[in-house]
Amino acid sequence: MSDQTHIPAGHDLAPGEEEQHSVGERILGYVVGLVLALLLTATSFFIAGTDLVWQPSIPVALIVLAIAQMGVHLVFFLHITTGPDNTNNVLALAFGLLVVFLVVGGTVWIMSHLNGNMPPMDQIMRMRT
Amino acid sequence: MSMTATVGHAHADPHHIGIVIEHPGPASKRIVTAYGFWVFLLSDIVMFSCFFAAYAVLSGQTAGGPSGAEIFEQRNVAIETVCLLLSSFTCGMASIAADVRNRFWFYLGMAVTCVLGLIFLVIEFREFADLVARGYGPSRSAFLTSFFSLVGCHGLHVSAGVLWLLTMMAQVFAKGFRADVLRRMMCFALFWHALDIIWVGVFSVVYLLGGAP
Repeated sequence: MSDQTHIPAGHDLAPGEEEQHSVGERILGYVVGLVLALLLTATSFFIAGTDLVWQPSIPVALIVLAIAQMGVHLVFFLHITTGPDNTNNVLALAFGLLVVFLVVGGTVWIMSHLNGNMPPMDQIMRMRT
Repeated sequence: MSMTATVGHAHADPHHIGIVIEHPGPASKRIVTAYGFWVFLLSDIVMFSCFFAAYAVLSGQTAGGPSGAEIFEQRNVAIETVCLLLSSFTCGMASIAADVRNRFWFYLGMAVTCVLGLIFLVIEFREFADLVARGYGPSRSAFLTSFFSLVGCHGLHVSAGVLWLLTMMAQVFAKGFRADVLRRMMCFALFWHALDIIWVGVFSVVYLLGGAP
């Protein structure tokens, strides 16, 4: 079987796979990711419950922090990088993100417009009778 | 042989767009397996995005029932978040141990991951049971339906992940670090890290945004 576990240099990398590093460097990568993720999480929870910042900015801040933390997870835990050996993985991720943004953004956009343009429910009931 | 063709252009053209590479043959089984699993994970994330969209639309439709701010407990969510984050870290440690064929650290990393995952599940289950006991089950309002389906779907994934984790420990115990077992371990690590990414969305959107008064 072609069960080779070593990757020849200059080849593609599987998702989640790092370039050849020593064990110490790999552990350090996870530690850095963990510390960054913990910091971002703590900031999220702090921002959500604080009165120190302008209130309408909180939802935006939470979304930005969440996207930043997802990025930290992708880079330090899933090892998705912009390196040449990662092109296929990044392209698949980009397509997935496109679909996610279409689904979420499109739904929220359309439904908020529908809400804004529809008469209140009791009026619809009166129109029917 | 492809090395000699590419190495000179590596800096000018890192993505090999402009040059014809001699066919290096099919990718190794490890790359094909992990890439296929990566595509599955992305489709799983697309599925979760539908639940997120439903929650975003329905989070205000409480039908006279409780709103998010009244039923969410930030302290529990913080504990759950830290559990999943640490378990992602220990899962990474276990996959490093598997790569260097170190049984002790592999079992230790996987066991800690399992315990943290179970703590997460217990807290979530108690939260759900408490809500249902107070009459705020999924049938109470559209908001609660979308909440239970989104968070419950993530919880189901974590449960499946814990079962897979125990299977991996048993396979390493019975078969050792064989190439096929290592491929499965790699897919499991991808799965577990992806679950943590989805949880980042859940606690930000559902609990922190949805729990705002």
